[in-house]
Amino acid sequence: MSHLPYVVAAWLLLVGLYGVVTSRNLVHAITCLSVAQSSTYILLLSVGFERGGTAPIFLDVPVGTKAVDPVVGALALTDIVVGATVSALLLALAVQAYKHHGSLDPERLGREQD
Amino acid sequence: MDALPVALPLLVAAILVGLAPVCPRRAADAATLATAAVVTLLCLALLVRSLDEPVVYWFGGWTPRDGIALGVAFAVDPVGAALATLAGVLATAALTFSWRIFEAVRTLHHGLMLVFLAGIVGFCLSGDLFSMFVFYELFSVAAYALAGYRTTDPGSVRGALNFAITNSVGAILLLGGIALLYGRTGALNLAQLGQSLATGPADRLVVVAFLLLMVGFFVKAAVVPFHFWLADAYALAPTVVGVLFAGVVSELGLYAVARVYWTVFSAPLAETGGLRGVMLLGAVTTALVGGVMCLLQHHLARMLAYATVSHVGLTLAGFALLGPAGAGGAVLYLVADGMIKGSLFISVGIIDHHLHDVDERRLAGRGRHLPWLAALMVAGALGLAGMPPFGTFLGKALMEEAAVETGLPWLIGLFVVVAALTSAALLRATGRVFLGPRGGAEAAATRSPDEAAVRHPHVHATQVVPAVGLLAGAVAVGLAPGLADAVQDAAGRFTDRPAYAAAVLRGAGDLARAGAHPPLHLVGPALLAALSALLGLGLALAALLPERLPPRLRGGVARAWGPVAATLRGLHNGSIGDSVTWLVVGMSTFGGLLVLVVR
Amino acid sequence: MTPTLRRRVFLVAAVVAGALLLWGLTGLPDYGVYAGPYGDVLNRVAVAERKAANVVAAVTFDYRGIDTMGEEFILFAAVLGVAILLRAQRDETEQPPDEDAADRHAPATSNAVRVVGLALVGPVVLFGLYVVTHGHLSPGGGFQGGVVLATAALLVYLSGEYVTLRRVSPEVIGDLAESTGAAGYVAVGLLGVAAGATFLANVLPLGEPGALLSAGTIPVLNLAVGLEVAGGFVLLLSEFLEQTLVIRRPGEVT
Repeated sequence: MSHLPYVVAAWLLLVGLYGVVTSRNLVHAITCLSVAQSSTYILLLSVGFERGGTAPIFLDVPVGTKAVDPVVGALALTDIVVGATVSALLLALAVQAYKHHGSLDPERLGREQD
Repeated sequence: MDALPVALPLLVAAILVGLAPVCPRRAADAATLATAAVVTLLCLALLVRSLDEPVVYWFGGWTPRDGIALGVAFAVDPVGAALATLAGVLATAALTFSWRIFEAVRTLHHGLMLVFLAGIVGFCLSGDLFSMFVFYELFSVAAYALAGYRTTDPGSVRGALNFAITNSVGAILLLGGIALLYGRTGALNLAQLGQSLATGPADRLVVVAFLLLMVGFFVKAAVVPFHFWLADAYALAPTVVGVLFAGVVSELGLYAVARVYWTVFSAPLAETGGLRGVMLLGAVTTALVGGVMCLLQHHLARMLAYATVSHVGLTLAGFALLGPAGAGGAVLYLVADGMIKGSLFISVGIIDHHLHDVDERRLAGRGRHLPWLAALMVAGALGLAGMPPFGTFLGKALMEEAAVETGLPWLIGLFVVVAALTSAALLRATGRVFLGPRGGAEAAATRSPDEAAVRHPHVHATQVVPAVGLLAGAVAVGLAPGLADAVQDAAGRFTDRPAYAAAVLRGAGDLARAGAHPPLHLVGPALLAALSALLGLGLALAALLPERLPPRLRGGVARAWGPVAATLRGLHNGSIGDSVTWLVVGMSTFGGLLVLVVR
Repeated sequence: MTPTLRRRVFLVAAVVAGALLLWGLTGLPDYGVYAGPYGDVLNRVAVAERKAANVVAAVTFDYRGIDTMGEEFILFAAVLGVAILLRAQRDETEQPPDEDAADRHAPATSNAVRVVGLALVGPVVLFGLYVVTHGHLSPGGGFQGGVVLATAALLVYLSGEYVTLRRVSPEVIGDLAESTGAAGYVAVGLLGVAAGATFLANVLPLGEPGALLSAGTIPVLNLAVGLEVAGGFVLLLSEFLEQTLVIRRPGEVT
């Protein structure tokens, strides 16, 4: 059970990818991609967690108090920003898809002829 | 100063976008082109400086303490600098080409191109794994935005979505691998990671971390089965972007796998001879599938896309030999091949701009008034086949020699066949477009009424010079004196983990100077290259003039080829769900194989 | 592949992949045990060296500042991409926005929502500014505060005042804010080069930890990032809202 957060991360990734693969609606697919991305946030933050540690902000507590890893916090922050912006870009593409095809179903989007 | 190749284009991009409403078009064009040229020169300077010892630049002044890296570093060696310079050269060529192409949101487009370039340069020069990831995402996001540019085309939206979603999944896997490594070692610096892992065994975490990183980068590199997004992305990207895609982006994925392997994983994973087999399996599959799909295409940009895939397979084969000789050949091949493909993409762009089509069947015979363009494309096709004096010849020669030394001479056969396939497709297309008879009823029906007025469009120098220049660059790389030795030296340092770690973490500049390398035997490879070119020419002629073939042969080939072609076409249907499914299939396959060979 | 076949293939592959992942993940140290040196070293030295109480901010904007610059430009590129993608196509017209959007079959905004929404705009902006400027002292920073600032614009729309929002030209402001923030970050980095140190070196006076003006360039970078993120998200919002409320295709029936 000590590895439960890691298992959750793996589960989120696979479930998110399942959603992307079987989706019939682009907005749903993009949201599932976000779910898959959230697996990395959980993995990163779990890896840096220190049991009994406080936040690495030493304003009220003296330096040297046990604190969790600040680096994974910074990494997760970067990750979240990247994920959010890619989702925005994908949603803009979904808007274009709807405009051109009248449908958000990935199966029904046409394709340039070879 | 060493941060300038990344900082400058980003700064100019931000300023251009901010001033977009008031900035005159030509000023923005000039600023972008100048920035790309300056970046190229800066990277070239870095390349020259790094020939003696790696250039290590710690951002914020955070030098390592007791072997622990606190900050982020650029650790520039000749291989990384060469790729960054290649990106700069291609960007400058592409921007020169587009000088006379008029588009609506041009300044915004330039901003994205500069961000794209900055991301690539940062990726090549970085010595920190997470920093590599950030720059990887930077140029990827810029690429998604640039690929979605032509959204007036209904079919292009799914291609853009496929591109963005598949590559994003790859990035997620990368981050998973990074998290695993960080959890074990508490480090993000490549050299420090390597030092930490060197003392431990290749246990389950190391294997899965390598798998995740490898698969993540293979998605970008378009190794089979992670490649289904590539053709659509090439088809819908404007030429300016396509030049960079074709020339350097896929190759970056391979560079990353090689870099990460040699700096981080080479110590624990070196014992496993099976790793070579797994990567070679990927290389062979990629090369063959890419080559066959290349022949099946009639859309010129898609043809180049699959040519890229197959050549990625060949380059991966070079890296997969897991030795300095193979790596050196692979890098040289990669650089020259990148320039040739860039030139070909520009040629396709010229065709698109003047003949308003990129399908070789509809273009049949319409290029008769542009014989010099045909010559450019034929030269490019020969370059793809690896003919001397192109740099691809030298790179292949190095790889072939390395293959023989490693005891895998059959790889030479793969090189010959695949080079023949890709050059055949290009030669066939060139023949059809520039020499073929004016197509039948199909072409007549699609010809627009005012085409008669546009009979002989003027092709401006700014469009031709870049294409010629890139080909010349590929030749220069092939003919430069002493290059083979320099490449082998650089490859020796690229594959030397302890020396890299010492240089980055302790600033130790002393590197064991490798002795002079034995001269390459070039006659054998030259004959093989000629064989490739002849095979390619033969295949192209057979495709162009099927009526000249004996009927029994024609029938037999059609019967054998038909089902293969149909299956492959069916698999490459552009569906997003399919791409992601194949990605997961690929990950489990590679993973399963890795587990079997490493245990 | 047909959807059914795809699902089956995916499930098989996912089971194998999942097994591999779990197998690899069990090689990690137990949850709650942090072994690596990076975080511990930084926790010990960051406050003293950089006079920043929030070590995560010190890591984001100082130790690993170049990563944040890259991340900032990822946001920049994505917003730029959305702007390019969603510009009005040739055959579309721009209609004056109808606040109640009667043809959109959406319920009219209730008065309670209007009042509360608009009343919250001021406090939200203030809170966003607080989060941005205090990033080096407490949880928060440029990214978080920038998003809070952008939600102020969203609140205006949700309160049914889209026409007012549009009159303020959110696109122009967003564009300017975003570019200034992005260029500002690089400029601060170059300041380090100009001062003879490396790019993104912390060359401003460091002050004392806990004071508002401390940690050198970190609060400045926070401001730049906050400006950029707020501008970027306002731009995103206005682009998407334009699509919904303003742009009409010929013959469109909603």
